[in-house]
Amino acid sequence: MSFVNFISSLAMPIIILWIVLYGLIEKTKVFDNFLEGAKEGLEIVLSIFPTLVGLFVAIGALRASGIINMIINIITPFLNIIQFPSEIMPLAMLRPISGSASIAVATDIMKNYGVDSTLGIIASVIMGSTETTLYTIAIYTACVKIKKTRFVLASSLIADIVGILVSVIVCRILS
Amino acid sequence: MLNIIWPIFIILSFSYAIFSGNLENLNNSIFESTKDAINLCISLLGTICLWNGIMQVASKTTILQKLTRILKPVIRFLFPEIQGNSIVYQEIAMNMVANILGLGNAATPLGLKAMKSMQKENSQKDTLTNSMATFIILNTASIQLIPTTVIAIRSSLGSEEPTSIVFPVWIATVCAAVAGIASTKLFIKFSKKGKL
Repeated sequence: MSFVNFISSLAMPIIILWIVLYGLIEKTKVFDNFLEGAKEGLEIVLSIFPTLVGLFVAIGALRASGIINMIINIITPFLNIIQFPSEIMPLAMLRPISGSASIAVATDIMKNYGVDSTLGIIASVIMGSTETTLYTIAIYTACVKIKKTRFVLASSLIADIVGILVSVIVCRILS
Repeated sequence: MLNIIWPIFIILSFSYAIFSGNLENLNNSIFESTKDAINLCISLLGTICLWNGIMQVASKTTILQKLTRILKPVIRFLFPEIQGNSIVYQEIAMNMVANILGLGNAATPLGLKAMKSMQKENSQKDTLTNSMATFIILNTASIQLIPTTVIAIRSSLGSEEPTSIVFPVWIATVCAAVAGIASTKLFIKFSKKGKL
């Protein structure tokens, strides 16, 4: 455990150190180049901010209105048929649309059912193996002002569904 | 995409809240959400500027050429249409490395930079190219060696084996990524640009 922590805390400092050293060895103007790139970062954040405000309000409303719970109640019988644990469903629905909400829900599942229980492990594996799809698509397209995203949402939802189902199956087999 | 999804989210949740008498929660969440967006942007501002700067330093050295050479077979398979554009190759390579190492904070700025470079070559400025679409799918797949955030949450909750999930996560991530890439390749094959 401490070894894994050590390796992952080493990754970022090593990369920055390596790049700066390389810049010095190859005699480039390290700090001037840094400033040039950092300025460009400002523009990127400005271009994605309006998208974030709009998206966050819509997703916040979706959670606060209670509609997600209603949908879960409707589909629970179908989940029982395919033996998908209904306790995991709120996480599966929130995972693609909200990073902070899915962390909260996953933490809640781990607390309530035990962090090392099958449900706790399933929740952890889902969190580790998927990404906040809608947010990723929104900022990647907003920064280049793209309106038509073609099949990207469909493809990434397919990937999410496969990821979530495989998480459940793998944890069932291993536990 | 958001021109359709966004109004659906708003209509569904606002009307449901009105009918179920959940208005107070809704009003609170509207103001909380705008605050969340600002908080996220402020923290993004720092990391995006930092990593854009570091990336610019790296791009003036030979590091990126070396790295790109290693990842070239993978990139060539995933993005057959950007052959010859070495800058895009380098930026995609850096984004992949950051993702694999679990540096989400670095992967996003590097990915956005790659999107900008790919947009320069795009002939229809409002529509994603095949390469851009594949690139976004790759970034939604969250391929990483060590899922650090979850491990941190697990150990904070007193798990006896916080890292026991690493292997299952690999399996699930790889399956999700393969499904994403395969469906992307299929969609590209069966769709003409701009129709979907």
